[in-house]
Amino acid sequence: MNKILILFAHPAFEQSKVHRVLMGEIEQLKGVTIHDLYEQYPDFDIDVAREKALLLDHDIIIWQHPLFWYSSPALLKQWQDLVLEHGWAYGTQGHALDGKRIFNVISSGGDIGAYQVNSFHGSTIQQFLLPFEKTATLCRMLYLPPFWVSGTHLLTTVEIQQFSQQYKLLLTKIRDDQFTNQQLLSASILNDLVTTS
Amino acid sequence: MDQHSFLFQAIIFLSAAVIFVPIAKKLGLGSVLGYLLAGVIIGPFVFGLIGEDSEDIMHFAEYGVVLMLFLIGLELEPEMLWKLRKSILGLGALQLLLTTLFITALARIFGFGWEHSVVLGMILSLSSTAIVLQILAEKGLMKEPSGKSAFAVLLFQDIAVIPILAILPLFNTISNPESAGVAAESTNWMHGMAGWLRGLIVLGSIASIIVVGRLVIRPVLRIVAKTNMREIFTAVSLLIVIAIAALMIQVGLSPALGAFLAGVVLANSEYRHELESDIEPFKGLLLGLFFISVGASINFHFIAEQVWAVVAWVFLLVIIKTLVLLVLGKVFKIEPRQNFIFAFSLSQVGEFAFVLLSFTLQQKILPEDTVNLMIAIVAISMAITPIVMLLNERFILPRFDNVILPTREADLIEEKNKVIIAGFGHFGSTVGRFLRANKVNATYLDIDADRVDVLRRMGLNVFYGDASREDLLKAAGAKEASIIVIAIDDAAKRLEMVATIKKHFPHLHMLVRSRNRYDAYDQMNAGLLHIYRETLDTSIKVGVDAMTILGFRKYTVHRMAKTFIKQDESNLKQLSSIRDREEYITEVKKYIEELEVVMQRDSQYGSDSLTGWNAANLDEDLPH
Repeated sequence: MNKILILFAHPAFEQSKVHRVLMGEIEQLKGVTIHDLYEQYPDFDIDVAREKALLLDHDIIIWQHPLFWYSSPALLKQWQDLVLEHGWAYGTQGHALDGKRIFNVISSGGDIGAYQVNSFHGSTIQQFLLPFEKTATLCRMLYLPPFWVSGTHLLTTVEIQQFSQQYKLLLTKIRDDQFTNQQLLSASILNDLVTTS
Repeated sequence: MDQHSFLFQAIIFLSAAVIFVPIAKKLGLGSVLGYLLAGVIIGPFVFGLIGEDSEDIMHFAEYGVVLMLFLIGLELEPEMLWKLRKSILGLGALQLLLTTLFITALARIFGFGWEHSVVLGMILSLSSTAIVLQILAEKGLMKEPSGKSAFAVLLFQDIAVIPILAILPLFNTISNPESAGVAAESTNWMHGMAGWLRGLIVLGSIASIIVVGRLVIRPVLRIVAKTNMREIFTAVSLLIVIAIAALMIQVGLSPALGAFLAGVVLANSEYRHELESDIEPFKGLLLGLFFISVGASINFHFIAEQVWAVVAWVFLLVIIKTLVLLVLGKVFKIEPRQNFIFAFSLSQVGEFAFVLLSFTLQQKILPEDTVNLMIAIVAISMAITPIVMLLNERFILPRFDNVILPTREADLIEEKNKVIIAGFGHFGSTVGRFLRANKVNATYLDIDADRVDVLRRMGLNVFYGDASREDLLKAAGAKEASIIVIAIDDAAKRLEMVATIKKHFPHLHMLVRSRNRYDAYDQMNAGLLHIYRETLDTSIKVGVDAMTILGFRKYTVHRMAKTFIKQDESNLKQLSSIRDREEYITEVKKYIEELEVVMQRDSQYGSDSLTGWNAANLDEDLPH
């Protein structure tokens, strides 16, 4: 059984429509550690040693956050800057994270249609997530496609609940190794692996 | 009564209570039944430890009811009372009318004449404030619809005693016609005055309670509070209630009603909690005494002689009262489960019946035989109330088991705040302002009478009193609260408070102000988790600003300050466990050295401590 670490970054969690439901669904899931960064470090005062220990203790890492300006909220960037140290996570001496799998779980106001090459945002979501992908691969981790809750402005409560059930199913299956790496990598978004209809 | 026999009596009453109340509670029977049982045991028919004077004791103990209504009034602000007006006037009036009607019919069936039947109907339609409220409060039902409705009915009955007392003499058919029309006892100084004058005096006294309560009592309480002598405050509290009771008796009103009114008038005052906690023990003891004397007054010889009449009367009375209330409860849309509690709780005849019965005897309205029979019936109906309610809980309520705990959305007694702030000086007030700015309301306690006065005028929920007292904390809602901020100035008092809270309200999160590190050691040794040294953050802020002016980067200094505080707090924890003086001194030395090391490390921030921000160490991986 894989151990999953969710690095969750949301500066206004209590006002969130999507992430509250997602979190509520997976809170009790066995083998999943939820690490709420804004709750742990309200002063951006990240405890690097503690974060490293958490990473070492888990097999699958998730960056879960809303998409702010095509990227993550500031604290998750601070986390990357401070925790993924040279000589530990990357560089010739840095092998601490080798082989771990990592992906983003994101929400965005725009829907899938808005994230196409010739549409409103002009690029795909995978293209926007490039800095995350490169960070992961530089640290010799396997970067998986994102799980994406898109078009949040127009989602109904029922639709959000459907997303959260997909999320739970995805985590359960990944935890129990029910997907091969090839299956995971071939999906354009991980949602596709758990869509029932 | 000579001193010896007084002390002896006190020993008997107190030990009976001490023995039987815990037993009754342990058996799940409630304290009221325990007191009643104690009364029966020490009464003339079992051990005969107290004699015929139990009636005098009962009169004295009736002050317990007066004090209880004062306390209820204190918790009921005038607006609340106004909200309850429908149940008081509708439910209350209909209950009295219908019950009187049916009991009159019942008395006719038992062969009483018309006049006697009506008199009995009125007297027996009343219920017992003392028993009902004590039982409901003990079961935590005062905020439920059942408790609220029962209270409304009882309040109306208390008011109704006045017209009943006025009407009763009209039924004087036995003899001495010259006393007909006299409203109250012959000791009453209004005896013989014209009706309109009496009415005027009655209205005048009610008005005077309200005016005096508003304009005189509060300033007096403030002056007394400033003396900081607790016993004088208690004395004043008792004086207020007893003086009002005396005034009410003089004008022929129910003293309980007067006390209730005074309580309502003072419900908005800053001294509410202090008054509550001062009067509470007296109320408890006197009510206990009252229940004991009810138990002792049950005349078993008399009952034995007419056992079937007594049983039939009690049984039918309880049935009639309960049925009337059940029907009314349904009309007033009380949900079934609450309705059964409400109806059974009011099924007995109340303590006012004793007063009214002795009045009818004195006025020769009813013959002595009837009065004796009725006193026995009243006492028994009171004694079986706790049993009736237990039976209701065991056999009837389980049928409504879909609702196990009725929803709590009551308003009778003001909702308690979740945060209590003790001390409203410069420290506590800042905490309070911050919470208030974010719409979190708190209850404040302060010992400075002038400050309390000013803050109340600003609309804050502030109460006067010594926050280290358990009873005051309880009155301020410590049981319902989840957090207490201990912001008082006096370090010794703070530790005293911590001890009290640990003992009585262990569920509370304590957030404690501390003057300096020595103070903090004491608090840590007391096992506290949330300790706030009052100058720490401010002085570090000064340090941060000083370094900024010297040219350090603000964010760097900010992070240094964070690390400094963290390190300082962990040192504090280690040092607090050291009690021994000598060891302490060497530890302090070590602490200072350690601090230097930490500060040194801090100063190298960007380069060493957080390599993630520094590209210098990437050199090794660069092609050379």
